[in-house]
Amino acid sequence: MSAPTASPAHSGVKPGVVLRAGRLSFRVERRTVWVSLALGCAALALGFAGLSYGTGWTAPSEVVAALFGQGDSSLVITQWRAPRVAAALIFGASLGVAGAIFQNLTRNPLGSPDVIGLDEGAYTGALIAITVFSGTAAALAFSSVLGGLIAALAIYLLSLKTGFSGLRLVVIGIAVNAMLVAVNSWIVLRAELEVAMAATGWSVGSLNGIDWQDVLLPFAIIAVLFVLLYPQWTSLHQAALGDEVAITSGVSLNRHRLVLVLIGVGCTATVTAVAGPIIFVALAAPQIGRRLAGTPGVSLLPAALTGAVLLMAADLIAQWLLAPVSLPVGVVTTVIGGCYLIWLLVREVRR
Amino acid sequence: MKPEPDAWPADVLTTRLTARDLTLAYGDRVVSTALNIDIPDGAFTAIVGANACGKSTLLKAFVRLLTPTSGSVLFDDREVTDYKPKAIAREIGFLPQGLMVPENISVRQLVARGRFAHQSLLSGWSGDDERAVREALSAAGIADLAERQVDNLSGGQRQRAWVAMVLAQETSYLLLDEPTTFLDITHQYELLRLLARLRDRGRTVIAVLHDINQACRFADHLVAMKDGRVVAEGAPAQIVDSTLMSDVFELPSIVVPDPVTGTPMVVPTM
Repeated sequence: MSAPTASPAHSGVKPGVVLRAGRLSFRVERRTVWVSLALGCAALALGFAGLSYGTGWTAPSEVVAALFGQGDSSLVITQWRAPRVAAALIFGASLGVAGAIFQNLTRNPLGSPDVIGLDEGAYTGALIAITVFSGTAAALAFSSVLGGLIAALAIYLLSLKTGFSGLRLVVIGIAVNAMLVAVNSWIVLRAELEVAMAATGWSVGSLNGIDWQDVLLPFAIIAVLFVLLYPQWTSLHQAALGDEVAITSGVSLNRHRLVLVLIGVGCTATVTAVAGPIIFVALAAPQIGRRLAGTPGVSLLPAALTGAVLLMAADLIAQWLLAPVSLPVGVVTTVIGGCYLIWLLVREVRR
Repeated sequence: MKPEPDAWPADVLTTRLTARDLTLAYGDRVVSTALNIDIPDGAFTAIVGANACGKSTLLKAFVRLLTPTSGSVLFDDREVTDYKPKAIAREIGFLPQGLMVPENISVRQLVARGRFAHQSLLSGWSGDDERAVREALSAAGIADLAERQVDNLSGGQRQRAWVAMVLAQETSYLLLDEPTTFLDITHQYELLRLLARLRDRGRTVIAVLHDINQACRFADHLVAMKDGRVVAEGAPAQIVDSTLMSDVFELPSIVVPDPVTGTPMVVPTM
């Protein structure tokens, strides 16, 4: 007789935990909870570092005092540095979420809004609002969203025949992106000198000189978008199982996708309207977040937290690298993102 | 052989899922016209036919994946598309072919996603969900694989994980499109026995099956299709003979009783 076969070792077991808050309960993996907490702490630490660093370092005690409105550097910290730190946090999260949404929709790690031209489309919208209508902040945001939506519609129509997942949509998106970059350069070249100078500093994505006035409306819009996104959360996971399983398990797939595209473009375009097209965060944050948190497929919360951490870190580097000159944060993200994009393209094409 | 609508005794035949005058098409390519089918409630129905005879297409219409060009699919006398998506998904579950697995998902996580239709924003994950997942895992015989990554499973284990996901949906109707494909013969029979057990516990099972002898052995009701039409339907013992086999599959054969179950067994003579 043969010995009874050993039951599988339970060392690799990843127990889930059920989180409860009143009537709400979620089943989440323990690792996702820990990684999310760790990312949250990293964001806090980077935020504090961001408040401490400007043209030089401010002592931690002075930063704390300034936050309570005391000390000489109070104005610098609460009015100059704080909005910039808040913008990096919220915009990073927004870009991370937008990336997660489009990578889920296209079922491709390359299908992120900054790669397929939605950032540039939003930027086109913003440039038209400034140069033609010399618009207000609200008009700028609206025009950006419209630009992003038109770019999304163009890609949708161009890839209608071949389906929305797979590399084809991404290749079409890269072509659309290239065309829009050209259009944007043309608009800037044709614009009045002052407008052109402002637009150029902003064309690679920058948080330089941002103040509370600039960010309040975008923060409000992003908050609303996140609230609207919440009901789509489980449908997003369900849709990762394929169209057929998603539909027959109860997802209203067409409506879900439409809502996702609107929210995803909104998240990207709102950031672009204020800070210009900051690439790489939407591309990399969802994938880094997924690997860190060990979630099945691309998940929203790790993407948002990773996006926030990435943009805050990149903005610190941008300020510190050629200090006292502050680089646009987009330069830093482009350098890192370019390398990552090449690696990802090579890997995807090989498949 | 003529279709015998009365093959199933009238007092036993209750039906909740029916197709009425269906025309099914992919774009301009019409697959079926004037299709009428009643699925007997509480029975195991097998749909058989040659490749591209429209059997998967019919299944897709039943589960709202294909909108009929005309006609209707009714569940409890109401169009399936009139239900709220989650409400109909609590009644009718579907296991398609060619499934995609998200990276880094465990068997338990996959099966838990079968609970989508039972959850709402306010209810979240309940004790009922927990129980349904546990029962589905053990019914599919993969309780010991619960914490394994789906990516690392063998083809047969993976298929059973998907079956468990659909079981966790706890629908009264379970539709499966060629569920035995890619399984070795032992796992094929295990899966069919599982489906028969589910039928015994009161669920209605509808499966597209490739193997006519397996269909005869396990199904109560057979729907034989050719070129988008229903050629015959009824209990296997009543409709399967060499004439039907040459009609539907263009296969010369003799039909003898299965030595194990006594159900019709098709033996090709070519």
